[in-house]
Amino acid sequence: MSEPPAPAAGGPLLTVEDLKVSFATEEGTVQAVDGVSFELSAGEVLAVVGESGSGKSVTAMTLLGLTRFPNAHFEGAAHYKGSELVGASDDLLRRVRGAEIAMIFQDPMTSLNPVQKIGSQIVEQIQEHEGSPQAEARERTIELLERVGIPRARERVDNYPFEFSGGMRQRVMIAMALSCNPSILIADEPTTALDVTIQAQILERIRELRDETNAAVILVTHDLGVVADIADRIAVMYAGRIVEQGTLDDVFYDPQHPYTWGLLGSITRVDRPRPERLPAIAGLPPSLADRPEGCHFRPRCPHEFSECTKVPALESRLEGRPDHKDRCWLSASEKRVKREVQPGEIGLTSKEGAAA
Amino acid sequence: MLVVLFAVSVLTFLIFNVIPGGDPALRMAGRQPQPGQLERIREDWGFNDPIYVQYVKTMGQVFSGDLISYSTQENVWNEVKGRIPRTFALAIGAAIMWMLFATALGLYSAVKAGKFADRSLTILALIGISMPVFWVGALMNYYLGFRWGIFPNGGYVPFADDPWEWFYHLIMPWTALSLLFIGVYSRILRSNVLDTINEDYVRTARAKGLSERQVLLRHVLRNSMIPIVTLWGLDFGAVLGGGAILTETVFELQGVGQYAAESINELDVPPVLFVVIFGAFFIVLLNTIVDILYAALDPRVRLA
Repeated sequence: MSEPPAPAAGGPLLTVEDLKVSFATEEGTVQAVDGVSFELSAGEVLAVVGESGSGKSVTAMTLLGLTRFPNAHFEGAAHYKGSELVGASDDLLRRVRGAEIAMIFQDPMTSLNPVQKIGSQIVEQIQEHEGSPQAEARERTIELLERVGIPRARERVDNYPFEFSGGMRQRVMIAMALSCNPSILIADEPTTALDVTIQAQILERIRELRDETNAAVILVTHDLGVVADIADRIAVMYAGRIVEQGTLDDVFYDPQHPYTWGLLGSITRVDRPRPERLPAIAGLPPSLADRPEGCHFRPRCPHEFSECTKVPALESRLEGRPDHKDRCWLSASEKRVKREVQPGEIGLTSKEGAAA
Repeated sequence: MLVVLFAVSVLTFLIFNVIPGGDPALRMAGRQPQPGQLERIREDWGFNDPIYVQYVKTMGQVFSGDLISYSTQENVWNEVKGRIPRTFALAIGAAIMWMLFATALGLYSAVKAGKFADRSLTILALIGISMPVFWVGALMNYYLGFRWGIFPNGGYVPFADDPWEWFYHLIMPWTALSLLFIGVYSRILRSNVLDTINEDYVRTARAKGLSERQVLLRHVLRNSMIPIVTLWGLDFGAVLGGGAILTETVFELQGVGQYAAESINELDVPPVLFVVIFGAFFIVLLNTIVDILYAALDPRVRLA
């Protein structure tokens, strides 16, 4: 429709600074996102990992203004190519949505309009942003569907969502997201609702498309297995905060935060004997309306000590590794010892002392 | 469809045979019948036959157009024929009117949910639902028609005679008949829209960068209308088949419904039976049309 925001020369595509999102509810104020900061550059895949309710989806949706409910309150900033997204006008948001930043949602079964042909749902977006004639937009839609691997795209373009399987619908969602060549693709648990073989295909497709278009990807997921395949950098979220952030290797091979240890320890491995019980982090995440003071992970953490009642900043605590940040008061050497539940194996002992 | 029509006609026929004072011969003969007159009437009209024979005979007449009213001894079909355009004009106009207004108000109410506009519309809808047609109609007739002379006081002008007068005469009946439906439909649509607006695909539509208006009209409204269409078909069928008895009577439209009302007063079975079958026919017909419309609105139904 109108001119997209001018690209900034060099530097990150997206800078999120101290983003806070809270919702006023009957149980009090729910602080869903509490001071999240990160940067994203072109061609980069950032994985945002955390349990349900850690604020990862809210963070992602807030970037597109999809959490603007009447009871929501926002603070902080998200700069995208020189525009401010938090508090942006509806008009600006509309130009960014779909054209600059596109989103793929968790459940492909419900994310497409059941009474509209899939083709027209994509055409609609192309026309909205580029004003192309119907026939041209349709041709492009068919190309897009072919690109995401939908067989016989020329016929399928006139099918309705109910005529597609879950995996195929997610491909349609990806085609839709890519239709206007966005600079950022936000994938909110894109594979959670799909079975495992389809998951791999979808991730593979997202990675290929990233390579082709050099778009940045924010991948929101709770599945570290997914992350290992595709992410360049990882942000681990817990109870609305990023507790650890670094490259894939940083987080997988030198994790600094006990919560990350727990997450890594709960990956089931096929190359080890099957454990009696699947490892899990003891306890439940805190209610976002009533979070513990200081470090939010404190009540579940076996390594809790006196410092933990103060909020640890997200900063680098390792010599010479400015980009690997975490929020844990333990010293680097203590961490190295405490995270080894068995020689060479990272995990989190449970608070009761049994290996978890 | 035939089963429904059969059941409806049998029921109507039976009811009029068992209600007290239902003997048509007594009324035809007048207050002081001559000796033997009653017997003669019964014989002539076949009232002595077993009830199923009477039923079959009467139904035959219904479909051959030879049905004769007991009280006026006029041909029922001729009587109804002249009234059909009036009833249709009332029903079609009102159905369009209530659908348009209900859609607009329901959507607006949902968008403004919880705000002043929504609350006011809620109250108005409740008032609309609570006001009986005969009362609203009478008020309209008195004030708008008689006192202030803005609209003609009842009556009907054929469209062919003068389209403007036709329209002008129908404005009040349309409005009176629509009020209730507008109230009900706008409430239902409001809640449907509020449900739909939370659907994932509406979020997708927003994430695509569509304007709120496009999101509402293209994605929310169409999905919210699906249940309304069913209701609309049934109500429209009922009104078309003479269900607007009160409206037709209050505004002296001389429609099919008013004919039925007058005939019921005189316990005149043939016209009542005819109108009931006529009405049932339209309800069944509209039901079928709704099914077709449904498929057009919701592709998921097409394969079923």
